[in-house]
Amino acid sequence: MTNGEYVELEIPARPEFVAVARLLVSALASATPGIGDDRVDDLKLAVSEACTNAIEAHDAIDTDERVIVRCRDDETGLEVQIEDRGAGFDPSTLPDHPPVTDPDRLKFERGLGVPLIKTLVDEVEFTSSPAGTAVKMTMRRRLDDLDDS
Amino acid sequence: MDLGLEVSERDGWAVLAVRGEVDVYTAPRFRERLIELVSEGKHRIVVDLEAVDFLDSTGLGVLVGGLKRLRSHDGDLVLVCTQSRILKVFEITGLTKVFSIHDSLDAAVAGE
Repeated sequence: MTNGEYVELEIPARPEFVAVARLLVSALASATPGIGDDRVDDLKLAVSEACTNAIEAHDAIDTDERVIVRCRDDETGLEVQIEDRGAGFDPSTLPDHPPVTDPDRLKFERGLGVPLIKTLVDEVEFTSSPAGTAVKMTMRRRLDDLDDS
Repeated sequence: MDLGLEVSERDGWAVLAVRGEVDVYTAPRFRERLIELVSEGKHRIVVDLEAVDFLDSTGLGVLVGGLKRLRSHDGDLVLVCTQSRILKVFEITGLTKVFSIHDSLDAAVAGE
């Protein structure tokens, strides 16, 4: 992907379309100089998590609205924004899981998506209101990844 | 999207070999298969992730749920995984300390 390009995809808010969003973003990231293969995989995983949350947010309020995936390339890197029309959430109030050494950890099968996104991408910004949520994730170009791209 | 779930037996363990992508779309089939195995009385299960191309937190949730279910039957669920991109998901979430993760099926059933 070259500098300044902009790609947008709308997907039905259904589980089978998360793979389509992953495919688009991994193809764009692979074509972006300065994002190596490992970081393409990281971004792909973060997109899967954000799209899963978006689809669940739509499901919770039973809306047919679509989820939007916006990708923009600039001199700093690749920015991917996942937008939903769910009821919104406050990422700062998500409960912490018990430590992994605590047997109670096994009571938590969900809630790993947002912590994963925060770890996997270089920058993430959550903007949420009762009208929906936007998760803006940025993968910066890195000089040491230039040979991989 | 294709998800392969193949069951075999090895030294008293049920082996569930997973192939393809595990995400919000395919995870329900994976969860159902694990639950079926437990209801069939298979309480020692190896989940082989060597042919998995992609796994996100919904897949982790299935594995955590499976381990919880098996522990309640005094059983166990162990994993076979050597792919760095899949192992990374367990490392980031700290779940390498929850699951017993092995390099091969032989090592998994031998508890090595």
